[in-house]
Amino acid sequence: MTEEENRAVRSLKEIAGSIYDQIDSGKVPKMTLPLRTKSNIRFDPKHGVFKYGKATGARSAKKVNGALMLLRTMYVLEFIEDMVQNGKSSTLREMYYISEGWEKAKFSSQDESNMLAEDLEIVTACMREDFKLRAEENGASIIGDLTISEMDRKGKVKRINCRDDVGDSGYGIPNNVEREKVQLLGTNAKFVVAIETGGMFDRLVENGFDERYNAVLVHLKGQPARSTRRFIKRLNEEMRLPVVVFTDGDPWSFRIFASVAYGAIKTAHISEYLATPTAEFVGITASDITNYDLPTDKLTDVDVRALNAELKDPRFADEYWRGEIETMLKLNKKAEQQALAKYGLDFVTDRYLPEKLSNMGVLR
Amino acid sequence: MGSIADELAKKQKEISVSEFFERNRHILGFDSQSKALIMGIKEAVDNSLDACEEADVLPEIVVTVERTEKDEFRVSVEDNGPGIVKKAIPNVFGRLLYGSRFHAVRQSRGQQGIGISATVMYGQITTGKPAVVISKTGADDVAWRMEIMVNTKRNLPDVLKEDPFIWDGKEHGTKITYHMNGRYVGGRQSVLEYLRQTAIVNPHARITFTDPDGRRTTFERATDRMPPATKEIKPHPSGLELGTLMSMAKETKNKSLGRFLQLDFSRISDRLAKDICERAGLDMMADPAKLTLEEHKRLLAAIGTAKIMAPPTDCLSPIGAQLIKKGLRNVLDEVRPEFYAPPVTRDPKVHSGNPFLVEVGIVYGGDLPKDAPVQILRFANRVPLLYQQGACAITKAVESVDWRRYGLEQRGGSGIPFGPAIILVHVASTKVPFTSEAKEAIATIPEIQAEIELALKICGRSLKTHLNKKETKSKTRVKFEIVQEILPLIAQKSAKIVGKPVPKLSGSITKIMNVVWVDDAVSFEKGHHRIRVSIYNYTPQSQKFNLHMVLPPGAFDYKGLQFFPTEVREDGKVTWELPKIASTERLDINFSLSGLNKEDYDENEIYASGIDPVAIIGAEPLPGDWDLKGLEVTESVEAKGPAPEEEEEEVDYDEAKEALNDD
Repeated sequence: MTEEENRAVRSLKEIAGSIYDQIDSGKVPKMTLPLRTKSNIRFDPKHGVFKYGKATGARSAKKVNGALMLLRTMYVLEFIEDMVQNGKSSTLREMYYISEGWEKAKFSSQDESNMLAEDLEIVTACMREDFKLRAEENGASIIGDLTISEMDRKGKVKRINCRDDVGDSGYGIPNNVEREKVQLLGTNAKFVVAIETGGMFDRLVENGFDERYNAVLVHLKGQPARSTRRFIKRLNEEMRLPVVVFTDGDPWSFRIFASVAYGAIKTAHISEYLATPTAEFVGITASDITNYDLPTDKLTDVDVRALNAELKDPRFADEYWRGEIETMLKLNKKAEQQALAKYGLDFVTDRYLPEKLSNMGVLR
Repeated sequence: MGSIADELAKKQKEISVSEFFERNRHILGFDSQSKALIMGIKEAVDNSLDACEEADVLPEIVVTVERTEKDEFRVSVEDNGPGIVKKAIPNVFGRLLYGSRFHAVRQSRGQQGIGISATVMYGQITTGKPAVVISKTGADDVAWRMEIMVNTKRNLPDVLKEDPFIWDGKEHGTKITYHMNGRYVGGRQSVLEYLRQTAIVNPHARITFTDPDGRRTTFERATDRMPPATKEIKPHPSGLELGTLMSMAKETKNKSLGRFLQLDFSRISDRLAKDICERAGLDMMADPAKLTLEEHKRLLAAIGTAKIMAPPTDCLSPIGAQLIKKGLRNVLDEVRPEFYAPPVTRDPKVHSGNPFLVEVGIVYGGDLPKDAPVQILRFANRVPLLYQQGACAITKAVESVDWRRYGLEQRGGSGIPFGPAIILVHVASTKVPFTSEAKEAIATIPEIQAEIELALKICGRSLKTHLNKKETKSKTRVKFEIVQEILPLIAQKSAKIVGKPVPKLSGSITKIMNVVWVDDAVSFEKGHHRIRVSIYNYTPQSQKFNLHMVLPPGAFDYKGLQFFPTEVREDGKVTWELPKIASTERLDINFSLSGLNKEDYDENEIYASGIDPVAIIGAEPLPGDWDLKGLEVTESVEAKGPAPEEEEEEVDYDEAKEALNDD
């Protein structure tokens, strides 16, 4: 057992011990956790990211849901202890299916089991990897002049240049991107472009944007996985590369940027590992829609609700974002990044990005 | 000038009643093809049921509808009634306004004597074919078979053919077969639905129906008891109209005004007759047939100011709470309703001199549709009303009750409520005031509507009590699951992980529940009702109190009893003085009821005394009048909610979480 594993098992046992003691002393057993809500994330000036605030909630056996979650917690603790002892690991999805055999404690959805794994991270201050749980979603792809080394599944260390040693789909970011697995060796690139959609990622690759402008291109694949965000953060910190985020122009893309730059609400307990506070938003901005006269769609009711929710989100509580959100609401329009193709396939690489990146001072 | 008048006079001629109805068939309800088919059957079945009841025979009715051409049907209705004597057959079936009940003040289905002959007439108008009637009056009598048509000009029957005939295997009864143009439909307004509803309010009848596709449905008898025979009464003077008074005076056999008043009306005594005559300035000995119009007016005015007792009401025959429930159950069992509210039979009241009474039943839950308007089953003198729902006093009454107070949905607190329910309303009267001759809707007479509303509210209260009870139980059951199943598992698992013995749960359990919970069940097996009452003391202290139940009188079975009640009263009230129940302990009471039918008992009525009512769930506080009289007043006792929960000092973590995946 490694030191981390030891620490993880110890803290899990503490949870079980607390529940046991509460029952033994005739109390209604409960767990207290920070509330994982939008209204309970606070800016942490030390790390420059958003973390959970002080508000807490109780998971108590007084209610059926609470009681069931406590019971599930006990089962999960036992399951993790078993894995640690037997040197196994499982995906979050596998754990969800394992719970089929837990009768009353069976999870009703995978969201529920994922959420519980995060709850345990929060209570123990460990990472889910320490619990032998991994996400099944793999990270996204990278193309650019970046050299890394990765220890493969057979324990062999491979040296990979993410432009010259990979195919057109790039280097696939593994689940675990911590130092014992992936080392960043060197780069000639000047900045990182994190791109929301596969279509735009491929467009930039085909147009040779990475070579022409000396950029590392990262495909976010929509809302980015933990490993993708962690990888971007390491590029930013270790390679000292500025990061820009290039997404669609709609309320959901704003949230993608927020989770890269400020931290996601769901993972606010580990924001300092995942978020890149200096990341900048390149577009599509609300003003791009008018400035570039882009083809648009009307905002749906759900979009409007999402924008209004963002107005109350502390992560967007600055002048720039309030302006963007209000402009979009006023326009009542949204645009995809691929809408730039209105002006031809090269427009995005020849004109849009160079123009915007120069204005931002990323390109000089 | 005279010649024009002469000309006109030549054209003016008498229109026979049958001719009038032929041209105005909608007045009798034959206004659409699908409706005509139902109306015809309804008239025949009404007659059959009335005849059987008059002869005190349990009705056995067989209805068959066959398609003979695209729009033509052959309909036959056969009963086991007393039969009709040969010479009366033509008039009963071939002459409008011929009947035995028109002049009788009495609760019966048919009244005017229009229905069946109108059916025969409608059949012959649309198909040109005569009706065939077979009737037999006794085992040793010969049956007669007649082909009958209505002579619409003269309102007299034409008998086309008559033959004596041996009706094998039939002791007595009547069968009518006629052809009619019509349309056969299913649904809420259909022959099957009409017969189904007829079966509900006539649980003593057995009705068999074969539809045009040959499918046979039988509504079995739910009781072998005949409804008590209705008595005929004399007209009551209140609400009397001048014309009626005049024609009664003209036709009376009594030669003096005093005797006429006394004998031809109900509730006029010798003294009262004298008083009325004095006030009207008329001689008691005057010949009623010779009164002038002026004198009639004075007489009517005098009657109007006299204080006259309400009419006798024993002439009405309610279905009765028990049989309404039986009838509903018999026909609705397939939708497995969760609750039959105890039906309400109101005491008779009077409208315009006519006694009437209202009965209401409510069925709730099961497979009944949840988000549709409730189904209203309307009945007048045991006859289903399928049409003109919106114009009917019953519907108006249902609409004006605020059903939200009784657990049904209703926008704005008026209109037809929504929910998985059927509301049955029966109005019985010596004269049901219909809105038209088609007898499809009851007129909105204020007295009647008010009675219906009252009955609906009483029945609604039982429904609400049931729903409250159910909600309390399901809330408690959820907590029960926590302390009985989930908490023990949490304790075991946590003990295993930390490697210690499983902790005692009593402290946690009493903090979660802090209440005494009474859980009960009724089952029926091998002719006995088995009843279980479990008492869980989930409070931190031990508890000692008394438990009371109301059971059907005389049904309590002492056999195999382990825990004897302290008192079993003749009226069915049973009391147990419970022993002390320690904290987190459970006590079970099991016993049986004997000699009841399954449907006679399905929900326990449990009360507790000697314990704080908020500390116990599943038993109501003992009503104050327990020792005084019956428990009928419990309709006003609202079910108690669960004990108020302690103020939650913390936010519930799992409920505060938002949809976190959208960022």
